[in-house]
Amino acid sequence: MENLIALLVAAPLLGAAVLLCGGRRLDRAGHWLGTLLAAVSFVIGVVLFLDMLGKGAEDRTLHQKLFSWIPVEGFQADVAFQLDQLSMTFVLLITGVGTLIHIYSIGYMEHDERRRRFFGYLNLFLAAMLILVVADNYLLLYVGWEGVGLASYLLIGFWQHKPSAATAAKKAFLVNRVGDMGLSIAIMLMFTTFGTFAFGPVLAATGETSEGKLTAIGLMLLLAACGKSAQVPLQSWLGDAMEGPTPVSALIHAATMVTAGVYLIVRSGAIFNAAPDAQLAVVVVGAVTLLFGAIVGCAKDDIKKALAGSTMSQIGYMILAAGLGPIGYVFAIMHLVTHGFFKAGLFLGAGSVMHGMNDEVDMRKFGGLRKYMPVTFITFGLGYLAIIGFPGLSGFFSKDKIIEAAFAKGGTEGWILGSVALLGAAITAFYMTRVMLLTFFGEKRWQPDAEGHQPHPHESPKSMTIPMIVLAFGSVFAGGFFSIGDRFLNWLEPVTGHSHGHAPIGAATVTAATMVVLVIGVAIAWAMYGRKPVPVVAPRGSLLTRAARRDLLQDDFNHVVLVRGGEHLTRSLVYVDHTLVDGVVNGTAASMGGLSGRLRKLQNGYARSYAVSMFGGTAVLIAATLLMRAV
Amino acid sequence: MSFPLLTATAALPAIGAVATAAVPAARRTAAKWLALVFSLATLVLAGIALARFEPGGERYQLTESHAWIKDFGVRYELGVDGIGVVLMALTALLIPFVILAGWHDADPLETKSSRWRPTQGFFALILMVEAMVILSFEATDVFLFYILFEAMLIPMYFLIGGFGDRAHTGSDENAAAQRSYAAVKFLLYNLVGGLIMLAAVIGLYVVAGTFSLSEIAEARANGSLSMATSTERWLFLGFFFAFAVKAPLWPLHTWLPNAMGEATSPVAVLITAVVDKVGTFAMLRFCLQLFPEASKWATPVIVVLALISIVYGALLAVGQRDIKRLIAYASISHFGFIILGIFAMTSQGQSGATLYMVNHGISTAALMLVAGFLITRRGSRLIADYGGVQKVAPVLAGTFLIGGLATLSLPGLAPFVSEFLVLVGTFSAYPAAGVIATTGIVLAALYVLVLYQRTMTGPVKAEVQGMADLKVRELVVVLPLIALLLFLGVYPKPLTEIVNPAVQHTMSDVQKKDPQPEVEAAK
Amino acid sequence: MNPVYYLYLAALLFTIGAAGVLIRRNAIVLFMCVELMLNACNLALVTFSRMHGNLDGQIIAFFTMVVAAAEVVVGLAIIVSVFRSRHSASVDDASLMKL
Repeated sequence: MENLIALLVAAPLLGAAVLLCGGRRLDRAGHWLGTLLAAVSFVIGVVLFLDMLGKGAEDRTLHQKLFSWIPVEGFQADVAFQLDQLSMTFVLLITGVGTLIHIYSIGYMEHDERRRRFFGYLNLFLAAMLILVVADNYLLLYVGWEGVGLASYLLIGFWQHKPSAATAAKKAFLVNRVGDMGLSIAIMLMFTTFGTFAFGPVLAATGETSEGKLTAIGLMLLLAACGKSAQVPLQSWLGDAMEGPTPVSALIHAATMVTAGVYLIVRSGAIFNAAPDAQLAVVVVGAVTLLFGAIVGCAKDDIKKALAGSTMSQIGYMILAAGLGPIGYVFAIMHLVTHGFFKAGLFLGAGSVMHGMNDEVDMRKFGGLRKYMPVTFITFGLGYLAIIGFPGLSGFFSKDKIIEAAFAKGGTEGWILGSVALLGAAITAFYMTRVMLLTFFGEKRWQPDAEGHQPHPHESPKSMTIPMIVLAFGSVFAGGFFSIGDRFLNWLEPVTGHSHGHAPIGAATVTAATMVVLVIGVAIAWAMYGRKPVPVVAPRGSLLTRAARRDLLQDDFNHVVLVRGGEHLTRSLVYVDHTLVDGVVNGTAASMGGLSGRLRKLQNGYARSYAVSMFGGTAVLIAATLLMRAV
Repeated sequence: MSFPLLTATAALPAIGAVATAAVPAARRTAAKWLALVFSLATLVLAGIALARFEPGGERYQLTESHAWIKDFGVRYELGVDGIGVVLMALTALLIPFVILAGWHDADPLETKSSRWRPTQGFFALILMVEAMVILSFEATDVFLFYILFEAMLIPMYFLIGGFGDRAHTGSDENAAAQRSYAAVKFLLYNLVGGLIMLAAVIGLYVVAGTFSLSEIAEARANGSLSMATSTERWLFLGFFFAFAVKAPLWPLHTWLPNAMGEATSPVAVLITAVVDKVGTFAMLRFCLQLFPEASKWATPVIVVLALISIVYGALLAVGQRDIKRLIAYASISHFGFIILGIFAMTSQGQSGATLYMVNHGISTAALMLVAGFLITRRGSRLIADYGGVQKVAPVLAGTFLIGGLATLSLPGLAPFVSEFLVLVGTFSAYPAAGVIATTGIVLAALYVLVLYQRTMTGPVKAEVQGMADLKVRELVVVLPLIALLLFLGVYPKPLTEIVNPAVQHTMSDVQKKDPQPEVEAAK
Repeated sequence: MNPVYYLYLAALLFTIGAAGVLIRRNAIVLFMCVELMLNACNLALVTFSRMHGNLDGQIIAFFTMVVAAAEVVVGLAIIVSVFRSRHSASVDDASLMKL
């Protein structure tokens, strides 16, 4: 069984290699090959899962060591895999949703001449993401970590001829690199503290070092998570990343890659458990991002950017839960999985809408689409109900648990976190209802595109609708399935541990409160966008709205401080290098030249003057000798 | 007596140089093929040396020793340790690609008379440089090394000054003036370094009475040679200065961007990937081995200078407008990493530094040569003159991206392994320095991606329209380098196995032990 | 007689010769002044030889004479050929080595 883990990774890796090196010959069959290999990976995942279910809870972890990667004195890095319940959950999510999105892309990218390469990149992403979750040490995880970053870079910038796409891709990679710096420093800290960076030994030895060290490691891991999962303060790239093709947004920037930060924190649970300060930082980041993303999501008119804001906010929930410690780990992962279903479904729905509307993304130019795209409407609607936490659907179970856990943190902290989570739920209900109303309800506000073509909305082909339907099923039933009899809790508990905490208010009260804020959020959205017609051109809006449209001025801050400042710095350094560093050397050369020019004058060609200097020299020498004698 | 393999490896390209230079003027193509064949034969010999080298055996292997100048005790002594043999193999590996990439760089212009023979000279000089560099990696006699260290400047001078990049802006005269400025600057910087080293070499002889590395090491070991602290420090500084100019270390770096910018891209590869490695290699072999105490004394300053190199080189790379100068500044940043790894004086740092030399050689060669192909097509070195190349020439753009990703040390490609080792090694000895050096990975991403974005993406520029994709000859140059980058990124074990024992020897020279991890130390 | 007087004479002759070399421009006169200096040296050498009671100084004086003779041969030849080409024996005119 162990050997299957390598195969799991190898299938999509092979696909990427063949598709990217294969050349034009593969243009006609490339997408089928890519999809097939993704499916193979999923099947292997399912086989491993069934095998795992057959074993007792305590001996479900599989190990496989492939080879010694970097053997240097005192430094052992192996290419070795570890598959436990946590990794397994991710493997199924990644390969499952991944395969569906491969199928969807066959239809979505049908008219793109570089479709083969798109599938190559998607396979590369799958391979890297699988390495990330099945690695048994932090360094190999880092390989996957940067690998998904690369795939994300390539896919965001897939339409490279658009300058905006190229810029967005670069930005995503750079911001992620800042996070990666955190991860590499964390690994170095682990190495100097524990002498290793494999999960097993490190997580087992947390008791033997100081809390300060662990806090430092925890904070660095948090920095890494912030970069990958688009959390404040490294969140600015996610909105721009929507420049990529929609299937990419669904797979990478909603369901899987952006949740890697949550995986990292949950995986490193033992470190965070022993470092309360780091945990506090995690919780704060999660809570702030939760609100930040939600507020941004309310103001965006671009359907994908509104969903991106929502993704940030939902991951904020997960990070918040992960920061709560053993009370929250399981629910963070559970929300991650259900979110994977409904958010991927929502993005695919958005893609389907764009597909039918000449690639228009401005929701103010949609309206009344429910009649024209019934399947998209229903699947999108189910995803919508799931994300706002409609009772009985997936989001209801997972989000409710997180809110409960936040209250259970106890003390003032618990009250603050719980209230933030509740407020977030209200805003979520508001902005998702807004998206729903603007897109599918109201009157038609369709506009001809830049070339003057009037849109003719139509339902998307089967290859696109079937994945949407499957994901809608997941959005509806996954939460309930996980929660009945605490299935998910029992499944993950051996890995992450679990404690109940002491909730100051009962679970029923929390659920009731959630329902109330849900209704309030929906009602406000209805009042603003459902009752009266929506203008095609966005009104100026309040100060907050305008700030939220610009991602709460984060980009302006970056631009002024980092981009402008950086440009000035590099330009002045170029100047300094040229004038000062080089100038000193050239100046030395020039003064040498000047000196030699003056010395040259002594060579006047008159033998007599040479003789004078000779006599003078001799006289000085003799005089000196005599003087020395005398003294 | 066994076959003198090391001498043969160095002599073959030298013979090739003479043979190539002797080819008649009209038979230009024959000269090229001859040079290529000789470089490939050298590669075979280097491969045999690599195979015959036993990682677990003696420190110096395949040794040869002959008396040379008896009166001064100068001997012709050769021998390779794990570090030398790897770098020798790297040199032998890169030269065929350099020759192949520069296939048309020295074709005579129509205006010149037919008796002018630049082509033969170009390839002969490249082979000459190869011979000297290989021999300098093998020399275990300080005087022999010094002579080679200086002598390789001569062919390099002519390569830079005589065969400039034809893609230049402005008039021909202006370009010629800039080129000779770059060549003279290169020569003067390195000569000054070399002269100071000469003084130190003589000083060493006065103190030790011999030039032989092994004799000095032996004398140190049995206590018959003891240097006064100040003497050792002065001698160390003399050697280090020369190597720091060659490497180059901030603030002695300004010759490199000029030289790399003005030279043709294969020659630029020769400078940064091959010749400069002699500087960093010599730090490991001579500075640490001959002057261990002084090396430890100077470490804090050198670490700071290396950090400045890393950050400063990267920042300047971001600010460049010329593709080749950008790569040159990136190299300065990378040399900072190598020197940092050497002077961190930990096993990881030094193994990392050695691997870094190899990996940087390969990755810079890949990036620079593809950049050269790009520049030749468009006839401009300015980044602003490009745009949308990936649409017209996807393979060129793809290989350029892979070269760039290797430069920014993406995991999975070879440079990541070495860079991470250097960072870990530095961090365990000097945590603050490790953290500062880590910012280099963000800056590297910045300059590589900005370069890629401005040249390859966006709308296709009119001048770029119709640009041809890579040809077979160019693919033959680039693909093996990329394959090697991938292989060494995934499986660097063959290299580390050779390098590790040599690093342990160096570590015991400087009498340093790796810092123990906190938890194990507590046990 | 006190041998020191010979030394004074030698010094006097040397100074006259040196002054001539520095002041005069005619190559022939210069030449004669050089001879004067050489002979002043010879005188000093012989005197010292006498004072110290060994023959070394006298032997060196012979060497000097031989060298001086050789020098005269070469030097006069150069002066003659310079005069032929330039119609002047002034040393100031012969400054071709100057940049």
